[in-house]
This record gives sequence, C-alpha cells and structure tokens, in this order.
Amino acid sequence: MSEQVLERARESETRLGIVDCDIHPMLRSEKALLPYLSQRWREELTTNGLRTRNPFVASFAVPKATPALSRRDSWPPSGGPPGSDLDFMRAQYLDAYGIETGILQVLIPSGKDQRNPGFGAAVCAALNDWQVAEWTAPEPRLKASIIIPAEDEEASVAEIARCAGRKDFVSIFISARTTEPLGRRRYWPIFAEAERQGMPIGIHTGGSNGIAKTPSGWPSFYFEDHFGDALAMQPLLTSLVLEGVFETFPALKVVMIEGGFGWAPALGWRLDQHWARMRREVPHVKHPPSHYIRRQVWFATQPIEEPAERRDLRTLIDWIGWDRMVFASDYPHWDMDDPRLAFKIALGEAETRAVFRDNARAAYRLA
Amino acid sequence: MTRHVVASVGEIPPGGRKLVSVGGRSIGVFNVGGAFYALLNRCPHQGGSLCLGERVGLVLSDEPGVYRYTRPGEMLRCPWHGWEFDIRTGQSWCDPRRTRVRTYPVSVEPGEALVKGPYQAETFPVTVEADYVVLEV
Amino acid sequence: MTAPEQDADDSDRAEESAARLRALRPVDCDIHPPTPVMAELLPYLDDHWREVMVSRGIDGLGLASYPPGAALSARPDWRGADGRPGGDLDLLRREALAPWNTRLAVCHCLHGAAAMFSEDMGAALARAVNDWVAAEWLDREPRLRASILVNPRSPELAVAEIERCAADPRFVAVLLLAGGETPLGRRSHWPIYAAAARLRLPIGIHAGSDFHNPITNTGWPSYLVEDYVDQAAIFQHQLLSLIGEGVFTKFPDLRIVLLESGFTWLPAFVWRATKEWRALRSEVPWVDRSPAEILREHVRVTLQPADAPPAPEDLARVMEQLGAERVLLFSTDFPHWQWDGAAVLPAGLPARLLSRIAVENPLETFPRLRHPAVPPRAPAIPIEGFAP
Repeated sequence: MSEQVLERARESETRLGIVDCDIHPMLRSEKALLPYLSQRWREELTTNGLRTRNPFVASFAVPKATPALSRRDSWPPSGGPPGSDLDFMRAQYLDAYGIETGILQVLIPSGKDQRNPGFGAAVCAALNDWQVAEWTAPEPRLKASIIIPAEDEEASVAEIARCAGRKDFVSIFISARTTEPLGRRRYWPIFAEAERQGMPIGIHTGGSNGIAKTPSGWPSFYFEDHFGDALAMQPLLTSLVLEGVFETFPALKVVMIEGGFGWAPALGWRLDQHWARMRREVPHVKHPPSHYIRRQVWFATQPIEEPAERRDLRTLIDWIGWDRMVFASDYPHWDMDDPRLAFKIALGEAETRAVFRDNARAAYRLA
Repeated sequence: MTRHVVASVGEIPPGGRKLVSVGGRSIGVFNVGGAFYALLNRCPHQGGSLCLGERVGLVLSDEPGVYRYTRPGEMLRCPWHGWEFDIRTGQSWCDPRRTRVRTYPVSVEPGEALVKGPYQAETFPVTVEADYVVLEV
Repeated sequence: MTAPEQDADDSDRAEESAARLRALRPVDCDIHPPTPVMAELLPYLDDHWREVMVSRGIDGLGLASYPPGAALSARPDWRGADGRPGGDLDLLRREALAPWNTRLAVCHCLHGAAAMFSEDMGAALARAVNDWVAAEWLDREPRLRASILVNPRSPELAVAEIERCAADPRFVAVLLLAGGETPLGRRSHWPIYAAAARLRLPIGIHAGSDFHNPITNTGWPSYLVEDYVDQAAIFQHQLLSLIGEGVFTKFPDLRIVLLESGFTWLPAFVWRATKEWRALRSEVPWVDRSPAEILREHVRVTLQPADAPPAPEDLARVMEQLGAERVLLFSTDFPHWQWDGAAVLPAGLPARLLSRIAVENPLETFPRLRHPAVPPRAPAIPIEGFAP
C-alpha cells in the first residue's frame, strides 16, 4: 500500500520541477577559499586557520554520525568531499530528481562563527564570491544565499548590499546558533536590510556560539546534539516573535531550515496562550504570536516528520498551512530527504505543487 | 521464480559483497562467514542504496557505558539515514516486525550441475570446476 | 473580541466539567504553596545556618523564574491580602482544594535552595524548606502532600535529604528544576535516581531554571514571557538527555513527572526522538527500545498549562497522539495564572479520559499517594544540630 503511495508521488514530481531550499555545496578544501581572500586573510587562513568556539582544530565539538556529515554514496569520484563537485551533484541529484531550482546554503566553514571578526567577514565575502564563480554562474539552476557575519550587523548589512543586486542570490543565510537570541535588537539592521531587499532570511540549524548546547549544559551524545540543533529553532522563533521583529518588519520573510516542523503548531499555541496573559510585558507584540508566524514564516520540510501514525503528517501541515511549507533535501548530508520518498502520505496535485515548487517560488521570488 | 547464477563463490569472499542486477532489480549478495545472503538494494525507509552501506557489527548494551560488540560485519547500515539491517534476515534492528528489506533465496551450486540448466548465467561463463552463487528472483 | 454567547457557552462547559471533576475527587499533581521568606525558614535552620542567614542578610531566594508580582506567578484572585502568590492555607483550601473536591494535592515549593552554588548552603536551605512545608502545610491540611526539594549540585547531600524526608510518607516525589547546570541524564545525577527509585518517589521536573546556564542555547532572552515559553524547549532537551544517557535502562522503576511543562509539544518530540534513535541508536546502545515506548512507560505530564490549540477537536487529536489516557495527570498549577474561572479542563479534553487523568494516573504515578499518610514520628520541628 505504501509502495503505491510512493509511486504516485514519484509520477507527479517527475512532471514537476522541484525547488529545493537546502543544498549544501562544499569547498574542495580550505585552500579553495584562497583565491577569494585578500593577502592578509589568506595569511590568517594558512597560519591560525579557522577559529571558532569549538574545542577541536578540525572536528565538530560533537563528532557527527558520518564522515563529512554526509550520506555515504555522495563522495564524488573525482575526489574531494561531498558537495564539492558540481558535475557529480548534477548527475546524482539535480538531473536525477528534476530539480528546477536549488538554493545553496553554505554551512562550512562558518564565517559568522569566526572569533576574529575581520576574518569572519572576509570569509563570508569569499564564500559569496566562490558561490557565484563556481556554482551559480556555471549552473543556472542553482541560486545562492548571502553568507553574512551576523554577529557584526554593520558588516552584515554591507555584505547584503554588496551581493543583493546580483541575480545569483535569492536569500540571506544565518545559522541558528547566534551569540544572543536572534530577535534581539542588535540584529535588527540585518532584518531591516533583508526587508528592504525583499529577500527572505533562511535560518538554518547549527553553528557554534560557545553557549552550552542545551539550557542545562552540554549533552554527551550526537543523538542529543543532532536533535538539539532542531530544538534550538523553538526559542529562536520565540525570540523573533516576542522581540517584535515581525511587528517591526512586516514584510520580512523567514524560512526555518532543517529544524523540521512538527514543533511549530504547539509552539504557536503555547506562545498565544502565554502572550495572552503576559502581553503587558511585550506591548510591541500587537497580535497573537501565531498571527506573525502564519504571516511571515515558512518551514522547510526536512528532516521530514515521521509520526507514529502517518496521517498525522497531514495533520501537522494542516495546522501550519500548506502554503507555508517549502521542500528541502539537505543534499548531500546524511539526514537528507529524498523528494520522491520522504512524504509517507499521498499528496494531492495542488499540495504537491505548493510544497515542492510554488511556495518556494513565491517566498524566494523565483521566476 | 527464476534461478540466476550471479557470481562464482570465489568472487565474494567472507565479508565481501557483490551488487548484481537481476530482472531489473538491483540486489546485493553478501558473504557472511561462508554463507550467502541477498537483499534488495533499496532501503524501505527512503529508498537509499542500502547494499552500498557499511557492514558493521551489532553493538548491544546491558547497561549505560557498557558496549557489547557482537556479530562483526553482519549488519548493514544504510548509507543515508544509518538504519541498521540484519544481513541474514533483512530485518531492521529498531523495528524488526514492520521494517524489513526484501530478501532473496541464495544457494551455492557446483558448476557441474549448473551447466545442465535450467539456470540463467547472464554475464559470465560457468565451468564445471567451480562453485557458483545462485539467486532466486 | 469573543462574543458574549461564546463566553456563556464556555462558562457552562467549564461548570459541567467541574461538576464531573468534583464527583471524581481528583488528585491535583501540581500546586504551589507560597515561597517562604527567610524569616519563615529561620526556625527550621540549625544554629550555624540561622546565624549565617541573619548575619549576611540572606533573603529573597524565590526563583527568578517566578517573580512574585508577575501575572504568571498568581492569578489575580489568588493572591493574599499582601499580594503574596497563593496567599495562605485558607486561600489554598478555598481556591485550590474546595472547588474540585480535591482528594489529595501535591505541593511543589519553588525555592532557590535548588539554585544555590554552595552545596552546603543549598542543602541546609532545602532541608529547612522541606521541614517548613511539612510543619506549615502538611501538618495543617491532611489533603496535602509534597515533593522533596533538593539541590542537585551535590548528589550526595541530595540523596541524604531524600532519604531523610522519605521517612515521612507525605513526601511523595523528588523535585528538580528543568533548567540546571548539567543535563539531567548525566551519570553524576544517578545517585538521586537510585534513591528515588528505591523509595518509590517519582522525579518531578518543574518549569524554571537555576540560571546556571542561559535559558536558550543562544543566550538570555529579554522577556519573562519568553523565558516561560522557552521552558518547553528546556524540557525537551532534558527528556532527550534522560533517554540518551540510559537513565531508564539503569533505573527501570523510575518515573519522571513533567510539572508545568505544557504537553502539546510532546507528541512531535516523541516522533523526532524516535526518528533520531532509528538513525543513531548504535551510539547509545543501552537505549534498547524506541523513545516512544520509553516515554510511554516512564514519563508523565501535568495538565496545566494546557497550551491548547483553539479548536477543541485539535486538542482531542493531540490527546490521541499523546496517549493521554496513560500519561496525563490532572493539575491546577495553583496559584499560577494559566486559566480563568472554573475552566481548569481545556475544551477538547475527552470526558472518557477524565477519571484516568484525575485519579488513576496520579495514583499510579505517585505510589505513595495510595497509602495512608501518617507521619512516622512527631511532625518536623526546628532541629538542634546539623548532621551532614
């Protein structure tokens, strides 16, 4: 029975070009960044290297489940890590699945998380130029997200302004682990600029900020670390709402990426309930919080929710809104979703078009 | 069911595997300690190429902090989401009753018997001197 | 914004369900006596600590998670004449016990003893708070029971306090804060769980933080309402830690009660935890059952705040997803302001679950509630010496 469902989904999607909001390109090596850095920052990269708040020189604080956090069949035959070879990405993913538009999210290295702020800004700019030169220019199906040193709002605004004019860029990338809750005012110039440019901000799970991964200290296992990244999206969205970001920037669009979405309805109910009693503290939040979420937030589908009863996947999306879900694969990472098989429920034709293509086209203002 | 000769025994040593294409299906043939098993190369979860996954042991534990490493090489970990499957049964470790990958009967036959048919040896010659892995699909 | 007819309907519905509750004589699993000020605790401290508290002027140890004047901390009609949340025993009887014909109610005293950095001072204060609760509340009102407040920084002293209080059968649980210094699953906490399991005390994890870590993993939020909403994420991290570290494998008899956590987030949490387990279980091989199964067996959750969806049919769906029949426990969360009038049961709570939620689940979850609770000796009195 489930096979039939999957087959049906497959048919409709091969007819449909898919917009994938989360594809991870990767540098072939750190050295691939050198051509895009000034002499000063080239020297920084080759001497002190990338320095964040993680304890290890070249590992995540909590080691991942797989090498390069990637699916094991995604290593390009040409050498280099997963996501580093455009031709292989085309063959294994873009062509094979009929991807109409793939939106790039550069996770590694993180310019934002660099402890040397000047270097961090330079890394962000270099990654943006690298994305254009090596990905979006040779492959028009790919679009880039502007990488910004989000802890430095002035430099961030300047970088957005520098890149936003190029049609290669369709969104602004921020990883979730900022050093303060993202709604706090120091980040507002970024939201103002994003709104001015009409570009959604894609908030992607992860990043490192030196703060314990849980509000009760550091966990032990990747089992906790991986889920913990997704849990971080709840207080993050709470901060955006209760600080008044959506009230102040009503045209701002936010896409929550790789946090899943099962948590979103309950968070909306909880926010509404406690806002109703405690709203005198936050008079700038004029509407119930769920109103802002419904109006200005999109949820990327990956990692797809796998409820005990399959029909609850539909329930969840009914609660969030079918016009607010955008497909994301997370290719080539290990926890990626296959566009044909991730949904274990049969989607209607209109639902399929909305989730796999049209919602993202509208949110990202794609042609 | 048709019986297909898919490999000579020497081709797949213990711990080894061979991916074969039979009747339009991609199937992994595994040698576990001299016994052969065959699994559909498609994870029942999201369709990943299961038979390209790592062969790993089954780690069990009776108590936190204690790692009991058993059955080296007898589990297959999907190259995508890491779900573990028992090569001998095709069952998922976490959900053995409801989640399993399709398995196929495998036997080892002497070449002498095979040359008489009715077997399909699609891609390579069979000689009477060797033994062969035969897959029923 | 709400039509008057709607209000009338809601109020009728609330009265109806209140009547059903009264008939059941429910167990209220989460109420709060006022947080004692230092003057109230002094009689329960030994000479040394009494002198320390007076000499250093130590007071104001209510938890910052619940500022006494905040809307959250007390419903407007549930303050004493002096504004104190929950007022006094008369108010508690009148507003928390009488309206529901409550059979038993479990008091959780939210005191900063749990957040003290000094292990010794934390233990001395926890001891005083527990003795104050016994003398001022349990001794005076036979329907009340209480949890044992501990400071988890020293598992040894926490265990000593648990063992000391457990001699009194009116102490029916151990109380920990959701936000703490290290994740609750970590092995350093295990002596507490061993003692709790041995003494048939569930571990109550209550909303609030000791502030030894920021409220979120991106730092400190600006607003109190934000702190409070963020508690749900804190609980989720803690559950994940308890599962991942294998606490339930190690202590198969241990029960966890989430107090004032909300529960509508729990189904999605369980689905995701199960998904993570399928992928990553070999990292934590002692987790030998799915998180869904573990949580169904070991974790219970209180009703208020219900954080309910606006449509009753949606709450009914959440109840199904949650397996409320087994996991949900009735609570008023008195005096915290979570609901108005008589609407303690959110619309959409299926009537057929009521006796499970109000009586059977609580009695199964807190085994000590099933036994007549006669204090083993004279009620707690000010102590003379301090025996560590």
